[in-house]
Amino acid sequence: MKIIIPVKRVLDPYTQARVNNQTQQVDLTNAKMAMNPFCEIAVEEALTLKESGSASETIAVSIGTDKTVDTLRTALAMGVDRAIFVKTDSELDLQPLHVAKILANIIKREEAQLVIMGKQAVDNDNNQTGQMLSGLIDYSLGTFISKFDLSADASSVEVCREIDSGIETRKLNLPAIVTVDLRLNEPRYASLPNIMKARSKPLETIELSSLEIDTAPRIKVVSVEESGTKDRASKQISSAEELFNELNQMGVL
Amino acid sequence: MERESIEYDVVIVGGGPSGLASACKLKQLNPNLSVCLLEKGSEIGSHILSGAVFEPKTLFDLFPDDAKDCPTLKTPVAKDDLFWLTGENKSIKVPSWLMPKSLHNKGNYIISLGELCQWISEKAMELGVDIFPGFPAQSYLKDESGRVIGISTGDMGIDKEGNQKGTYTPGMDILAKQTIFAEGARGHLGKQLIREFNLDEGKTPQHFAIGFKEVWEVDNDNHSPGDVVHTMGWPLNKGTTGGGFLYHFDNKRVAVGLIVDLNYTNPSHSPFQEFQQFKKHPKIKQFLDSGKRVSYGARAITKGGINSLVKMDFNGGMIIGCDAGTLNPSKIKGSHCALQSGILAAEYIHKILNEEICDFDDLFKGSSLYQELYKSRNFSAAMHKFGFYVGAAYNFIESNIFRNALPFTIKDEQRDCDSLNLNNPLYAKEYPAPDNVLSFDITSSLFLSGTNHEEDQPVHLKLTDPSIPLTRNKELFDEPAQRYCPAGVYEIIDKEGEDYFQINAQNCLHCKTCDIKDPSQNINWTPPEGGGGPNYIGM
Repeated sequence: MKIIIPVKRVLDPYTQARVNNQTQQVDLTNAKMAMNPFCEIAVEEALTLKESGSASETIAVSIGTDKTVDTLRTALAMGVDRAIFVKTDSELDLQPLHVAKILANIIKREEAQLVIMGKQAVDNDNNQTGQMLSGLIDYSLGTFISKFDLSADASSVEVCREIDSGIETRKLNLPAIVTVDLRLNEPRYASLPNIMKARSKPLETIELSSLEIDTAPRIKVVSVEESGTKDRASKQISSAEELFNELNQMGVL
Repeated sequence: MERESIEYDVVIVGGGPSGLASACKLKQLNPNLSVCLLEKGSEIGSHILSGAVFEPKTLFDLFPDDAKDCPTLKTPVAKDDLFWLTGENKSIKVPSWLMPKSLHNKGNYIISLGELCQWISEKAMELGVDIFPGFPAQSYLKDESGRVIGISTGDMGIDKEGNQKGTYTPGMDILAKQTIFAEGARGHLGKQLIREFNLDEGKTPQHFAIGFKEVWEVDNDNHSPGDVVHTMGWPLNKGTTGGGFLYHFDNKRVAVGLIVDLNYTNPSHSPFQEFQQFKKHPKIKQFLDSGKRVSYGARAITKGGINSLVKMDFNGGMIIGCDAGTLNPSKIKGSHCALQSGILAAEYIHKILNEEICDFDDLFKGSSLYQELYKSRNFSAAMHKFGFYVGAAYNFIESNIFRNALPFTIKDEQRDCDSLNLNNPLYAKEYPAPDNVLSFDITSSLFLSGTNHEEDQPVHLKLTDPSIPLTRNKELFDEPAQRYCPAGVYEIIDKEGEDYFQINAQNCLHCKTCDIKDPSQNINWTPPEGGGGPNYIGM
């Protein structure tokens, strides 16, 4: 069974996002980038399956400009077998539907039975790509996964979903897509020896233009603003009553 | 899991200007050498902080064809002003002819040193250097004869108590014929090497300062790219020397900073607060008005000059750049010296790997770096020994009248950790609360440094004797760590009615000031788990 793990290069979530007033976009000049934390969890889950003998091959896929290769190298250093890099022009603003269509193309080509991906990317927080992808290629879908159990014959998976009312358990028939939540596992480090070894692992580059996917934007960004400064001092509150009174006083209720 | 090991011809610890320059020069001299460079920051440049006005000549020596295309060199210095701030609102402009020659900046550029390092690292990778950011060298390795034979990276995935977590990943040994240490000011391995190999024998103790820097985005008519302002005097006063700077660079950005010498005497002195006050002076404020602070950082600087420069070669390796102390204190510039020291180290190592007979001292004494440092040998020591006024006057006379040719050397034998007077409430310093327009508190400042550490790991600031902060240091100096640390790492808090010394290690900016200034020399800075620390952008 082949597993595809789509990974995204995002602004490091531990750094501060700043808006460039001229371009009306988050300023990524010299910013520190990292693999989306949810994607790291997806990689970890795929590697665990490979190590347990349930998967034959793990393939990381990412879409972006040349720098995106760094993120794929991180996935390779964590232990993924090979990587596919879909190369774009720098100006291109890819939206969830475009990404889902690109991934659909790669998944069909690789005949992958299982797609493990982050529930969302921490930069745009769209939480749409997995769902759209499932619709496009007609795979079973499990979102917000915090537990993943593959059946012995590898024909289905039992997953736990973290939903508002609690934990929901579902059985999905393969082929399937799962989008993972934070509590599924703790991703491993890319160790120095593995980073060195990752340099010689296969990384295939595909030009986005060769896939003939319509990348005309479907969503228009109206404006981007920095979140307000943290000017309100925090205050510890001992009871719900006190909280209610405080909120009332602030006039936010 | 077992520790793995790998061999290189040369391994370099630290991805600042000196380490990167030696990596590039080694590959230029012999493309067949295998060269590996480790950097503790999560990326090249993420732990780099400097003013910076940069003297570009050495960069052109290193990359004769490419340096002109370096995108970092885009703001040439246009105007050079020096002000003596005589009080909160008062200042005197020092006329150009009275300025020490070393402070003239014609032909220099205002740059971000972090961005420059990123550019050099791209060149290094093109030359075939293996660069690994996010991996600190934890210790150096020696063979039975005592020769340094490489370094060891730290383990990852260790919890607060020192137990292995599920993500435990052992470090790796990197063995090399020659190991270059280029960790910057007060490197933790450099410190051990200096002691073990007596590299500071016959030298005066190294002297340090703490440098603060903020970058502001400004929107006012006073912005003029290329303008350089240096200040002396206020808010620093008797017992404290140092100076301020304000540089206008591109994209409406202004770099503002204060350098405070760490031989200050008053234990209630807070370099961070002095810096926050400094920005309120009219000569500085006018450029920050209606601006927004976008980053903050602090780093120790070595400034002892050639009197304190340690012997740079030892059995199996070299120590270079600010790790050794190559900064030129009279120019308050270290980047070009660091590059030069890296190039010299590469030339020397290239020779000895070819089994040519070569003495590093001869190579160094024949270099322009030595000439430059020798000329400015009395600058810092005069400031330290005679105080600000006489020191400054001496430096003017020596550099502008005698052209640095006086036949004697002034030395300052006192270590920075020994300069504190006993705590005396009579001289206690009080600082106004932050106005959140020009001055800020540590918490909001730290947020802008991007510093971050994995929380569940052993504290990387190690106390030799855990009782000292609350006994000797508290009784004699009211534990000055609470004030000299620019990141609020050290606090004495009340825990169930008793004093408790808390170390907020996750706030650490890796500036090394505690390791330098602790009056009991009880704090040991060690590298935390790889990738931790500040994430400076454009600093």
